[in-house]
Amino acid sequence: MGRQLRAVQIEERLDELLGAVLSSRRTATGPAKKLCGLDREQQEFALHWAGVISKSNSEMAYQFVEHVSDAFCKMDTVGVTKWIIEAMDVYDRQGLYPGSASLREVKTFADRLSQKKYSVPFEDVVGILNKYVKGVSGRDLEIRSDAQAWTDTETIYLPAAFKRFDSERLNFQLYKATGAFLLAQTRYGTFRVDPETGVPFVCAAIAKFQDPARALHIFESVEHLRLLSCMRAELPGLVRQMGELSASTDSNLQVKERPELLAAIRRPDSEVMDSIRIVNELYHQNIDLPASVCYQGIVDLEKVRLVTRKRVDKEKEKFRSELAKLAESLTRPDENGDEERGQVNVTLLTDEDESGEFDMTLTLDGQPVIPAEDMVQTAKSIIQDFGEIPEEYLVPAGDSRYRKDQQADEELPDENKKGKEDVIYYDEWDYRRRHYRKNWCELKELDMHPSNEKAVEDILIKYSHLVRDIRKSFEALRGDNKMLRRQTNGDDIDIDAIVESYPDIHKGNEFTDRLFIKSGRHERNLAVVFMVDLSGSTKGWINDAERESLVLLSEALETLGDRYAIYGFSGMTRKRCELYRIKTFEEPYDGLVKARIAGIKPQDYTRMGVIIRHLTRKLIEVDARTRVLITISDGKPDDYDGYRGEYGIEDTRQALMEAKYAGIHPFCITIDSQAHDYLPHMYGHVNYTVVSDVRGLPLKVSDIYRKLTT
Amino acid sequence: MYRIESEDYSIRVEPYYAPQGSEIELFESAHRNGIPVLLKGPTGCGKTRFMEYMAWKLNLPLVTVACHDDLTASDLVGRYLIVGGETQWVDGPLARAVRVGGVCYLDEIVEARKDTTVVIHPLADNRRVLPVEKTGELLHAPDSFNLTISYNPGYQSVLKDLKQSTRQRFMSLEFDYPETELEQSILMHEAEVDQETASTLVRFGVMTRNLKGSGLEEGASTRLLVHAAKLIVFGIAPLDACNASITQTLTDDPEMLTAIREMASSLF
Repeated sequence: MGRQLRAVQIEERLDELLGAVLSSRRTATGPAKKLCGLDREQQEFALHWAGVISKSNSEMAYQFVEHVSDAFCKMDTVGVTKWIIEAMDVYDRQGLYPGSASLREVKTFADRLSQKKYSVPFEDVVGILNKYVKGVSGRDLEIRSDAQAWTDTETIYLPAAFKRFDSERLNFQLYKATGAFLLAQTRYGTFRVDPETGVPFVCAAIAKFQDPARALHIFESVEHLRLLSCMRAELPGLVRQMGELSASTDSNLQVKERPELLAAIRRPDSEVMDSIRIVNELYHQNIDLPASVCYQGIVDLEKVRLVTRKRVDKEKEKFRSELAKLAESLTRPDENGDEERGQVNVTLLTDEDESGEFDMTLTLDGQPVIPAEDMVQTAKSIIQDFGEIPEEYLVPAGDSRYRKDQQADEELPDENKKGKEDVIYYDEWDYRRRHYRKNWCELKELDMHPSNEKAVEDILIKYSHLVRDIRKSFEALRGDNKMLRRQTNGDDIDIDAIVESYPDIHKGNEFTDRLFIKSGRHERNLAVVFMVDLSGSTKGWINDAERESLVLLSEALETLGDRYAIYGFSGMTRKRCELYRIKTFEEPYDGLVKARIAGIKPQDYTRMGVIIRHLTRKLIEVDARTRVLITISDGKPDDYDGYRGEYGIEDTRQALMEAKYAGIHPFCITIDSQAHDYLPHMYGHVNYTVVSDVRGLPLKVSDIYRKLTT
Repeated sequence: MYRIESEDYSIRVEPYYAPQGSEIELFESAHRNGIPVLLKGPTGCGKTRFMEYMAWKLNLPLVTVACHDDLTASDLVGRYLIVGGETQWVDGPLARAVRVGGVCYLDEIVEARKDTTVVIHPLADNRRVLPVEKTGELLHAPDSFNLTISYNPGYQSVLKDLKQSTRQRFMSLEFDYPETELEQSILMHEAEVDQETASTLVRFGVMTRNLKGSGLEEGASTRLLVHAAKLIVFGIAPLDACNASITQTLTDDPEMLTAIREMASSLF
């Protein structure tokens, strides 16, 4: 482009374009002068658009040239174009006045645009942050969206979007930094609990001040410095990035008197008490309260206190009752001395190395005991709170054998008296008695009520691209190459066959023509049952996801030719366990099956043991080399009459064990994020998968099935 | 009959191996008592290196077979070949190891076909013989012979499970990624990396292992950490080295890639 146009030249052209709205009092001189400041390209752009707009309305065009140079200061050409288009839209729909107002509001538009452009919404990052936090800390902390960034020690809350920076990358970094900083608060003991009161030290300390708000403010700044020192040792890269984000990590706390105070919190092993001591000093000094740093979030002491309180009580009870259980199992030999447990001498050594690997050694009366994974987790959490396991926790207490659920059986009326004939009875394992309860559960097989088949077609349309991919990847599986030896034709010579027929050749006898190796299809001799959780908790999203998963899965399995059956299960109490037929092994995947899949809806509870036993029996009847039982579930086994907690888990585990003895491979796909606590115990460490996002379930299920069976 | 040049299989230079526990003593005792050994553990945690070290220590030739799903019994035992119009018997790796009384290491045994694993049964109990069906020979294993198999229990495939009848012939040694300090010294030795980088890499490894089961099938193995360390020593920027040798190797999932990359950038 050539040189810039001079004001005179522009004015001439504007006069031509805007003639209709110009007068002796309103000339084009002003706007022309403004346009002088733009470069030639922008000038041409402005004049071009002035022409275009004047075709609709000259006044609009005048307003446009008045403001276009301002718009170019605030936005790039793409942004300016959007600004024009939006204003013209407003003009078209609402008329001249709102239209020209919209042109005048250049700044508002530009701000809105830049926010939209660079802001990073929570939904985009939560998946990454979940993994990041889990990886860095090894713990499953929940991350949720809230108005402010803060943590209650169990959940990290982050704002719905970050738009502080003019770059998506930096806004994402800010998310990460904020999440990591809040994580550091729990990790480095900002809310460490006073074992005597069960309240975090900081809550008590801040409450003592006359002006708690000021004290808290000082604490936040001091603690910020302390946490940075702690983090610097472990995550130097992150601290550097945080420094870049805030442009200052160290300098914003100015201490005039006795600045040497801060030395205590510059060590990586400093503790929250060091920070509190400094707050005590600084509170009485005349210091400027520093502004908080962009990733710092807020500290909500009241909520922290409540959450901590609740957890501390719960964990104390849990830990001590676990201990009691262990103690009891040690003193089992004296049969009748039920309450004669006496005092057990407990010692506990814990050790956490720098990488966060945790070791726990427990001795009861001098005997080393291996604590359950559950207990180790509890211990870890307690140590996060207190920095150690307090003395009083080491006293076994609480009733390890709870009886509450016993009475529940009698209270419940016998519903469903009718149709007893097709009821099948199953035993149930009582882990406390270490025996089966005979014919305890009454199971009925029902047909899933079919609904509109069209829902399935809709799902297929919704996932059409995926269905194609899934089919393709499963087809590849089906074509699993196997070398077939001694064939009459093939790609390679079978040396073994030739060698064997050599004597015949020598003797001049007729010899076999089966001398070739051919790669052929390997028959997948596999039968699989899908057991789908229809408990009430699956209502909504989960139920939809289950339905979609089943549709995609059926498509995949049809391609593969594996024999499969689908059952839903639910029920309420042992008197009414229900199994819903969706597809049996014999039925083809047809309209009826599709309609049943569409008819899946949430029911009542999850009594898993009896269902597993029943389906095990069904699987054994199928003639297949490999038999698989896959559970798709959203949580722990749970039923109304005491089938929860350990009882439910133990019965389910027992049922799974029976299935394994019968040569069946059980596997569980769950969306329960707590599943790591109990599934390894039930299914074994490698026999389950947690799908963290419900919406991911339909894609994942097929994928998992593919991996599982190759 | 072919002469076996057992020299080819012997290990002359001491391989670097840092023990995780008492596995060296256990293996030696198993060897003296003719007990076959099963090595369990995730990929890249040092199983193969351990075998090399033991073969060196016991001064025995080491025959390694990487099992695959087309591995047949005759691939292990041997077969006839036609040489100049005559058939000639050639020992397979297993028979070779039995004859010379060496160590036979069947790596990733579950990958082999199920019928293949059965041929090792008579070798793996007190009979210690290898029947060679085709020649009618019965090979008696000398005292120095040792059979070791390895398998990774972390596979989530129902088709890849070791049968009890196979398992219950072996003494099992469990391997896992080494403890922090040990892993650090392994990196320093294998890649000659400085202590600070080694400790950071190990922490990165632990972080990825935390994600096992939450989207990652496996965390970074010691082998991957060594790769990264080697690249760093060679002058590659640490973040690039981690990205290339660890992050991209572990996953293809974009979200997971970002998360792991951010973990690396938080560490360096």
